[in-house]
Amino acid sequence: MRTQGCSLLRRAQDQDRVLEMDDYEGPQARWCPGCGDHSILAATERLLKNEQIAPEETVVVSGIGCSGRFPHHIDTYGFHAIHGRALPVATGVKLHRPDLNVFAVMGDGDCISIGAGHWIHATRYNADMVAMMFDNHIYGLTKKQTSPTTPQGYATNTQPHGTYLPPMNPLTATLGVSNVSFVAQTAEWVPQHLNATLEAAHHHEGFSFVRILQRCPHYTSEMFLDAVRDPDRIELLVHPDGVEAGGGLSEIYEHRRRHDPSDLDFARRLAEKEGTDAERIRLGVYYRDESRPVYDRIRSVPRRSAEERVQTLEEELDRHAV
Amino acid sequence: MPPQSTTPRSARSTSVPTEGETLRTDHHTVEVVSDSGEGAQTCGRIFGTVSARMGNGVWSVEIIPAEIEPPARTPAGASGNRIRLGSEEVTNWGDYSDLVVAFNEQVLLSRHRLGVLADDATILIEEMWAEDDDEEVREAWDAAMEELAQADYRIIRVPMEEECLEVVEDPRKGKNMFVLGLLAHLYERDTDLIEDAITRKFAHKADAITESNIALLHRGLDWAEENLPFRIEVPPTADEGEKVVMNGNQAVALGTVAAGFELASMYPITPASSISHYLGRIFEDYGGILHQAEDEIAAAGVALGASFSGKPAVTFTSGPGVALKTEFLGLAIMTETPLVLVDVQRGGPSTGLPTRVEQSDLLASLYGQPGDAPHVVIAPATIEDCFHAMVTARRIAETFRAVVMILSDANLGRGVQPFPRPEPEVAWQGSPPDQSAVPEDKPPYDWNERTGLSQRFVPGQAGGQFSATGLAHDEESVVAYDYDLNQHASEMRSRKLAVLQSTLTPPEVHGEDSGDLLVVGWGSTKGAIEEAVDRAREEGLSVSSLHLTFLSPLPPGLGEIFGRFDRVMTAEINYSDDPDAPYITEENRRRGQLATLLRSTTLVDVDSWSRVLTEPLRPMQVHGAIRDRLLDESRAATTGGNG
Repeated sequence: MRTQGCSLLRRAQDQDRVLEMDDYEGPQARWCPGCGDHSILAATERLLKNEQIAPEETVVVSGIGCSGRFPHHIDTYGFHAIHGRALPVATGVKLHRPDLNVFAVMGDGDCISIGAGHWIHATRYNADMVAMMFDNHIYGLTKKQTSPTTPQGYATNTQPHGTYLPPMNPLTATLGVSNVSFVAQTAEWVPQHLNATLEAAHHHEGFSFVRILQRCPHYTSEMFLDAVRDPDRIELLVHPDGVEAGGGLSEIYEHRRRHDPSDLDFARRLAEKEGTDAERIRLGVYYRDESRPVYDRIRSVPRRSAEERVQTLEEELDRHAV
Repeated sequence: MPPQSTTPRSARSTSVPTEGETLRTDHHTVEVVSDSGEGAQTCGRIFGTVSARMGNGVWSVEIIPAEIEPPARTPAGASGNRIRLGSEEVTNWGDYSDLVVAFNEQVLLSRHRLGVLADDATILIEEMWAEDDDEEVREAWDAAMEELAQADYRIIRVPMEEECLEVVEDPRKGKNMFVLGLLAHLYERDTDLIEDAITRKFAHKADAITESNIALLHRGLDWAEENLPFRIEVPPTADEGEKVVMNGNQAVALGTVAAGFELASMYPITPASSISHYLGRIFEDYGGILHQAEDEIAAAGVALGASFSGKPAVTFTSGPGVALKTEFLGLAIMTETPLVLVDVQRGGPSTGLPTRVEQSDLLASLYGQPGDAPHVVIAPATIEDCFHAMVTARRIAETFRAVVMILSDANLGRGVQPFPRPEPEVAWQGSPPDQSAVPEDKPPYDWNERTGLSQRFVPGQAGGQFSATGLAHDEESVVAYDYDLNQHASEMRSRKLAVLQSTLTPPEVHGEDSGDLLVVGWGSTKGAIEEAVDRAREEGLSVSSLHLTFLSPLPPGLGEIFGRFDRVMTAEINYSDDPDAPYITEENRRRGQLATLLRSTTLVDVDSWSRVLTEPLRPMQVHGAIRDRLLDESRAATTGGNG
């Protein structure tokens, strides 16, 4: 659990302070009506409230794109950084201040195209943060260009005759990285599942990669329409170590598969089929391993006082003395 | 008139020892060259350190091959050290080497062909190759001797291998100690200090290794005493005050600690990497983290994230890395998040000359960020400055919520020099980030209307929550849709530099306060320029020099200083067109980078002299340029005066 080995700053310092939803609410979000980002924002605020995490001890780092505006709409500390580079900034925050709760918010182009190098390496660093990849299969803010997850054949402004290549699979790619420790998939239109997945990601110590399927009503309104309308298109991965089908989910989603998130081989096989037409969209925790080295933990060093540092420096200067 | 456009090739040493005598001189430059792995660098380092301990001024530079394991006995493989000894402080690497010890004739050829040896240099060379079993080796030796005979060298053959075999079975490991013995005799070095240095060097090895190295040292001492008919004395000047000796990259590393940085991030790049090698070894003892990122961009991002979360962090790189970090620099400037970047410059553009000396990142550092991005640029002039620049940079970055770029270069990074021991202060470490609650309604960019300064909130501070953003924003960090705000915020970010400038003092002129010519430099060239100015002044020329540490903002008073000289000229290690070259006019002439900057800021007709010979400036080159400007009347007419 996250309280282990954590600093005093982890939770609200005032024990009598009870945090409510409106303690996290920022200015009115400016995303399009019906945009899935609204739902993810609400789920994040709910998570913080449920966990009673003080807003000032939370840092949300984002990249560029519609998702990049996320920190502006939540009343925590935020860093709206540059395209593709949320993860290095988030890693810097966590490395310097392991006591803070860090969330990295990215889009599909942001994370797995321009930021691909950082995504692969952040997975390997396994720093303790929740990385949310909002995947709407399109570049929205720049107006409908092909993204790495756009389905093959789908017409966009940059590939109007249809997207040339088959989409990248962010799940197999992440599951293929050494030292991966948490991979989940959820959908913003299933709030119970989104909440439960973010909770599991938050409680996992390490880099929790959550792909959140997200609707873009403006450019790709039809993208997830089948799955939204027809629960038969979805299969839930359920397990006590992952996410269970609670909150009424079992009544809606008949297709459920018990998947032990410690089984990396099977997780990879499941992920491999993701996106093929015959397969249902799977929501749940694909993989989870708490035993992997966590970068901010293995790099943590005892603090030294200013006096100690100066003393040690004097000794080092002795080694260079003429 | 000395040739102006090339390195003068015909140069005599001012210090040639004569037979049977001890040469007394206030400067002597010696180099030791071998194949990579034969230990010439260790030999040179110990010789330099011991000389510093004896009270000599010292400036050492490494001679390094471009490849890790170059083929043996090839000119490309020359590896070693060049050490300039002085009676007083030595501020630069000097002009030519006066004495060379070479382990084979091929590495010696490389030094000869590079034109780094005085024409009448004394050369001690391993003679075994002349009688080698391999005919090709013997032929190569003969050809080399023929080529070397073109110069006026005094070549002394030394049976290094033969002598070392009397002490050890494998002379390849240990010939360097024999050579150290030769040098110890020639320069009358303190044997106890050398033995002490050898003992420390091999402290972690078996005692027998230390003993055999000391035996080799004495074999060299004895051989030299019997066979070398001269000695060289560079009398040390008594100098009070404790000193330390290190290179500029080590000074940056220790300065990082002294300044209280707790996180440094980098990606491997020559010639900056050795900063991280040193910090990697010691930084955790100070509670610091050295993070090797997946790329240059991420290294800047991690430093920025760390800075955002409390204390300023630093990232180290060289030119190509600066290019990659550019977008993050813009983000740091826009969000007013303190960030320090050290650029150990190398030759450019592109991959350029990774191991070589150049100072051509100035304009890119100042203006390389798209958009209006005011920030601070400083350039240490000495190895000592490399240490203190870190402390200064952190303080400025924090006080002004600013990006500070420090421009070191391969000359400082790898030059080794003794300097007064720094006296680190507890206050330099800074205080832990303020975590007290932020008063209600205090915005994250509470710009002081006059200064542009504001107090920074850091995560953990209750009531301070805001989202930093690279988008144009108002005082609340809310995305600006009102475009007057952009004008105002730009004004605030720029004003900070003017405020910083108001705290600086005008730089001091080296030499007379007025005269015919002022030579202006920046960064690592200070020592060479001042030595050149001193030589020219001894000849009666009316010349002074000025050295700039702050490049953005520039220090105040430059226009007034320039106005006291008939002409102003920069001396730099970056490319400028010769005014006499074909097609070159006053309108299209590419000038030195500092000259370009100074012309635009002072409206003075600043001339420039610069070279990109991939090495530090030599005093004689600058001296030649000064003579050229002051004694060549036709040149004086075409380049104009100081309007």
